[in-house]
Amino acid sequence: MTTVAATSALRSLAYAIPVVLVLLVLPYIVTPYQRILMSYGLIMAIAALGFNILLGYTGLLSFGHSAYFGLGAYAVAFMVKYLHVTSMELFLLGGLIATLLVTAVFGFICVRYTRIFFAILTMALSQVLWSLAFKFFWVTGGTDGLRIPTPTILNGLVTVPKNKIAFLSHTYYYYVLIVFVVFAALMWVIVHSPFGQVLQAIRDNETRAAFLGVRVRRARWIAFMISGGFTGVAGILWAPLNGLTTPDILYWPFSGEIVFLTVLGGFGTFSGPIIGAVVFNYLKTYAVGLTVYWQLLLGAVLIVLVLALPTGIMGTLTRLTLKIKGASPK
Amino acid sequence: MTPLDNRPTDTPSNHVLLMTQRLCKSFGETRAVDGVDFVVREGEVLALVGSNGAGKTSLVNLISGLLRPDAGTITFRGREITHLSIYDRIKAGIARSFQLVNLFDQLTAFENVRLSILSREGKTRQLFRLVERDRHVRQESLAVLDRFGLEEKSNMLAGGLAQGERKLLDVAVAYALRPTFLLLDEPTSGVSTREKGTIMDTISEVVKSGGITAVIIEHDMDVVFTYAARIVMMHQGRILADGTPEEIRQNAEVANTLLGGSFST
Amino acid sequence: MELLPIHILNSLLYASTLFLIAGGLSLIYGVMRIVNLAHGSLYALGAYVTAWTIGQLAGGAPPSTLYALLPVGAIAVAAVGAIVEPTLLRPFYQRAEEYQLLVTFGLLLILEDVMRLVWGPYPLSASQPREFLGGSTIFGSQYPNYNLLVIGLGFLVAALLWAFVYRTRFGVILRATSQNMRMASALGVNVKRVYVQAFALGCFMAGLGGAFIVPIQSAVLGMGVDALIIAFVVVVIGGLGSLEGALIGALIVGFVRTLGVILFPEIELAVLYIIAAAVLLIRPIGLFGRA
Repeated sequence: MTTVAATSALRSLAYAIPVVLVLLVLPYIVTPYQRILMSYGLIMAIAALGFNILLGYTGLLSFGHSAYFGLGAYAVAFMVKYLHVTSMELFLLGGLIATLLVTAVFGFICVRYTRIFFAILTMALSQVLWSLAFKFFWVTGGTDGLRIPTPTILNGLVTVPKNKIAFLSHTYYYYVLIVFVVFAALMWVIVHSPFGQVLQAIRDNETRAAFLGVRVRRARWIAFMISGGFTGVAGILWAPLNGLTTPDILYWPFSGEIVFLTVLGGFGTFSGPIIGAVVFNYLKTYAVGLTVYWQLLLGAVLIVLVLALPTGIMGTLTRLTLKIKGASPK
Repeated sequence: MTPLDNRPTDTPSNHVLLMTQRLCKSFGETRAVDGVDFVVREGEVLALVGSNGAGKTSLVNLISGLLRPDAGTITFRGREITHLSIYDRIKAGIARSFQLVNLFDQLTAFENVRLSILSREGKTRQLFRLVERDRHVRQESLAVLDRFGLEEKSNMLAGGLAQGERKLLDVAVAYALRPTFLLLDEPTSGVSTREKGTIMDTISEVVKSGGITAVIIEHDMDVVFTYAARIVMMHQGRILADGTPEEIRQNAEVANTLLGGSFST
Repeated sequence: MELLPIHILNSLLYASTLFLIAGGLSLIYGVMRIVNLAHGSLYALGAYVTAWTIGQLAGGAPPSTLYALLPVGAIAVAAVGAIVEPTLLRPFYQRAEEYQLLVTFGLLLILEDVMRLVWGPYPLSASQPREFLGGSTIFGSQYPNYNLLVIGLGFLVAALLWAFVYRTRFGVILRATSQNMRMASALGVNVKRVYVQAFALGCFMAGLGGAFIVPIQSAVLGMGVDALIIAFVVVVIGGLGSLEGALIGALIVGFVRTLGVILFPEIELAVLYIIAAAVLLIRPIGLFGRA
């Protein structure tokens, strides 16, 4: 994040625009399957961005983010089942409100602690939600889960193809892409705002931050809500794509996955979580296709990552580019 | 060593800025602060001295809010602040630096100072504005760094600065809050004698021109006698002596007996 | 509707297993300040190894010898622990504690698939030790004697462990290292060796828990992941780093779950996690924990 030269808006745009352009024309280059895969990647990228405002910027490791992802997804499922809603926009609105309400409560509880106790507390709270989804099967569908049908976009203004694959790989892909760009921009502004500076100060030295007149707990709480909100939005987008939501996405190993992919990309940079989410998505898909023992593969990757490249992909790349720049003659 | 004419010459007003009454704090068996009655007047620059474990840092911790006392009261500007939160004390105009340098190591010197200013101006709630765009804050941050002789290092990470620079930055960050009352805990510890002079000159100038009341914990008696208009000596949690450098010097006989010659003048 | 004494016995049975798992977790944290997310998977490994060993030998051997095989699972898991600690955990002692969570999570993923690789996706049972002992009539109901044995063994292990930690020389070294690692090192304690031994001991306990439980409920994939989070609750309630806390916590959780499943089945798990959250809020170091 803030290294010797703070990234200016222009420089970030210079990196971002080509990427967005490529993503925009993707449907004309790659197969539908690849586009759907990328949608999953972008969705996890939103979740990772949310997760990382807590880890990378505020110094809080949450091991319970599956709760907010699941909340988003189940909110959509409930809106379908009990309110007969099909509008994507209503899903986003309703899901976000539900997620923010719960994150506000959970966050208020959790930010009184840091480090290991914070991590365990977030885990315990996410398990509360999991156990409810698991046990109240007549409400939540239990382990069978709840189905989510094709949603409507912009209340019918955008025509939804009858063919589900066509919808998911084209219309929905663009929808996810647009939401991703909006939320990525939003997060970028937040972390480069005065509030973002405060979070980093708290991360580095909470006592000193307090002595600067910062309300530490309140800042952490707000960061928590932003974090949960973003991850909730990811869950909301995920539900129609996946077509089904089950308690698995509330179960604690999924929280571990979110941590994993953020660390993979590098939690010390803004774009790290995005890269990590997309790469992890490909990694997992490839691993699952390769062997039934894909967990073994991913576990090994994680251990090697933490041992050898703790700053993740982007962190290592940044270090290498600095080295190369330093080595080149003036 | 700088000559005597750098000593602040303006007389402090008779307004009491800070007062502690029968302040007590114990850690287990140890009485770190043992019934301290301490008064600081507006505009004063005083040195708080004493051997290790005398209670100086504990007293500063109590006044700044890092610790809560077991007994006694603290009054600031006529208002009781004994149990006030750190946040409220900062807002009331108290600021401090730390004995073990306490900075935001992964932020640059510029960003460290900027944070104080952002906080002072209540801008820390801003989520949707880019901090880079605030030219006003930027200019003031650079101005503060300049006053402390750190403008060349403004883009260096605080963690990468030399000790003397870090000490100055620590004070700069507290100063940027534009406090009424500044508590400095050993601002010259760990630096060379030559650097001590530079640091103290800077602090002295900044405090004097800003009309800031300052309490400086200091071990180096040369520094104390050069820069302080008033010296308060603590020993085993109590105030042993309190007066002008001359008065303390005359008291040195008594002090020497008690402290076993740890005095050097 | 079964009688209360049976429920109490079931609670004690559950508590017995939980104590072994949570005690191991707490011991490791107490000595080394490591939170091992793979601890539940080690418990599962103990169950699998034991079930497999019993299955290999059950055909020919007289049933009474099967009991000697129960510790095999625990020993195997301890051996795994003795390998894991120096290779995977030691590099992280100097680093931020969050990295431990990552590395042990990676270990969890690996172990889960190792078990799948070696023993396949289907449950592995080894009920011979339980069947052999038959049952007793307690308050008019039949109750397996093996269950009573496990309850007894659980308390026996607790007592042995207490004696070990508080009455032996190694226990003194263990406690010294846990309270002040640097001081212990300065006094000549080989901290590296103590760490490996403590970790292996903690793993042994987890493996033993798996070994004891497998005659009652088969070894199944995912049991470790489920067990870990419950063990966490036990340790949160009892206090990270405290063996007494693990015992009391295990009893509390054992009773809450067993009775909960009867009285309020839908929310019994939720209640458990809420209790954990409440303890973390009111008294974060747990009932018996030290900071």
